[in-house]
Amino acid sequence: MQATYLEAIRRGLWEEMERDPNVFLLGEDIGVYGGAFKVTAGMLAHFGEKRVVDTPIAESAIVGAAIGASLMGLRPVAEMQFSDFITCAYDQIVNFAAKCRYRWDASVPIVIRAPSGGGIHGGPFHSQNPEALFTHTPGLKVVCPATARDAKGLIKAAIRDNDPVLFFEHKGLYRRIKEDIPEDDYTVPIGKAAVAREGRDLTIVTYGAMLYVALDAAEILDKEGVSAEVIDLRTVQPIDDETILASVRKTSKVLVLHEATLTGGVGGEIASRIAETAFDHLDGPVMRVAAPDTPVPFSAPLEEAFLPNVDRVLEKARALAAY
Amino acid sequence: MGTAQAMLSTRDRASAATPQAEFARNALYYMKLMREVEDRIERKLYRQGKILGGVYVGRGQEAIPVGAGLHAEPGDVLFPSHRDMALYFIRGVHPRQIFAQYMGRTGGLTRGRDGNMHMGDMKLNIVAIISAMAASVPVSVGAAMALRYKGTRNIAFNFFGDGATSRGDWHEGLNLAAVQKAPVVFVCNNNQYAYSTPLEKQMACANVADRAPGYGIPAEIVDGNDVAAVHEAVGRAAAHAREGLGPYLVECKTFRMTGHSAHDAADYVPKQLFDEWSGRDPIERWQNRAVAEGHLTRDDVRQMDEEIRREMDAAIAWAEASPYPDPADLTRNVYEER
Ligand SMILES: Cc1ncc(C[n+]2csc(CCOP(=O)(O)OP(=O)(O)O)c2C)c(N)n1
Repeated sequence: MQATYLEAIRRGLWEEMERDPNVFLLGEDIGVYGGAFKVTAGMLAHFGEKRVVDTPIAESAIVGAAIGASLMGLRPVAEMQFSDFITCAYDQIVNFAAKCRYRWDASVPIVIRAPSGGGIHGGPFHSQNPEALFTHTPGLKVVCPATARDAKGLIKAAIRDNDPVLFFEHKGLYRRIKEDIPEDDYTVPIGKAAVAREGRDLTIVTYGAMLYVALDAAEILDKEGVSAEVIDLRTVQPIDDETILASVRKTSKVLVLHEATLTGGVGGEIASRIAETAFDHLDGPVMRVAAPDTPVPFSAPLEEAFLPNVDRVLEKARALAAY
Repeated sequence: MGTAQAMLSTRDRASAATPQAEFARNALYYMKLMREVEDRIERKLYRQGKILGGVYVGRGQEAIPVGAGLHAEPGDVLFPSHRDMALYFIRGVHPRQIFAQYMGRTGGLTRGRDGNMHMGDMKLNIVAIISAMAASVPVSVGAAMALRYKGTRNIAFNFFGDGATSRGDWHEGLNLAAVQKAPVVFVCNNNQYAYSTPLEKQMACANVADRAPGYGIPAEIVDGNDVAAVHEAVGRAAAHAREGLGPYLVECKTFRMTGHSAHDAADYVPKQLFDEWSGRDPIERWQNRAVAEGHLTRDDVRQMDEEIRREMDAAIAWAEASPYPDPADLTRNVYEER
């Protein structure tokens, strides 16, 4: 079945709602309007007001209510209209949801869906990639699917997971990615990376929309005689060390690529893990390509300069290959 | 029946009496138990260096968790604040578990993972607060929505202080509750101070209850040091919520008869306020009234006091014998372990 990234998420939500009567949705404008991006279009009509709950503009209350409902045995899926507003719910996520199990053995099976990412001229407050704010909080799982197939499999896995899962869906991919996805009931395991392209000479570790930048770069590198392996992390917390390390042992050169800004990003964590556990296998420094440490700018030339692109990946990859 | 309830034979003998007499005894018992456990923790164990971390007590406010908590059905879910220890006893938590909790032992409700009043147990339908004031307000709204979702007549009870009502979470939570007509009872203990901050620096309206109409939520103000008055008001609130009419706020006027925590001498509180309020002690008041109305005799009361006191030593000994958590388990239980 052909599905866009967006349709794949909707299909995943829909199937889980059909499968488990404890699953329900809450968020702003998700009912009648079907969500700012129409991910939940048609769901109110099908599932009714009880299970598709339009809320006030109150992100902290949305997440808090999701936590409360989950403590009572439901499986809420909360939508942030844009991931940029997730910080309004920061305390609920990092202090309430993340710590219940450790503190007092209470399970908080919530999913927070958050449309993230730039490239749509959304400016500083509709373009961010805040995943690293949450990978620093033990108790949370953080998922960033890149493909339609994974988007469906991961949203289903997230809903079935007994821990809080943040699901960052890249809005630049919503309608851009269309691919064949299985029609059946499948999940994609949280915490497991995928080798998106096999290669021998260097590894590009990435996730989210940058997967496509990495694959384009790998294609060009191939013509230059450099065989690049591309790893799609899919989950950034927990990180799939095994898949990364297997690739490092093979290629001995690693470049980490993400759309989020550089400092304190997921790339730094991956670089240190590799340095700590696979130093002997390295033939060059672990390099990073990420957005510069600025807010996401609005105007087209600025945003283009901000977002990591194929040229910037190629520049670093060539330098790395030359080591 | 909970272990704390089972512990006192005086009470058991009362079970055949009138509902008023049973309430009188229960109310007195739970208030006294809370006072005694907190006194032991704050005035003895803390000073002996046996308590880890901070100690926040509800001395003078016992009528609030007791008056409200005695309405809670087993399927209702409770969100205590840090000054509502009696709720745990009403739900059957034993004092020894509380002592162990404050000592950081595995016998505490959080097995040493968290301290003091940060404790909960979903088997008892008690949700643990986090430190951030008012964070549990929206959580209680979601829990209440879930109770309705499941088709029950159960409700949520959320407890907080006056200071907590300044936080955004409180307002977001009340608004969501109102819009959703969530079956939740909000119980405010307005003890007139938030740490060192007096009410007039916390809010420009006279009462916490004044905030409720702005959200379309009915509210009432009650003498928080009168356990029967609290019980009646919360009874109306609970009935309202159970009938599907939505949230309800009860503001209980009271006074914090201690510092903010055990380390705080509360020099900022005018002494005359303490004097004034010590004449309105909820336990003394209720005890006098219950005896005057013939629900208990002076002898019953003496026996109740003795039994509670006797139980304390054994409970503290049990807690002190409870092992500390094993550092080998430090990194466990962050995520579900399969
Ligand atoms: C968000 C937040 N800020 C600051 C604190 C520190 N703090 C702990 S209790 C407290 C006062 C709370 O006052 P109130 O809500 O009136 O409850 P009370 O202690 O009087 O029962 C403060 C400021 C906190 N716990 N949470």
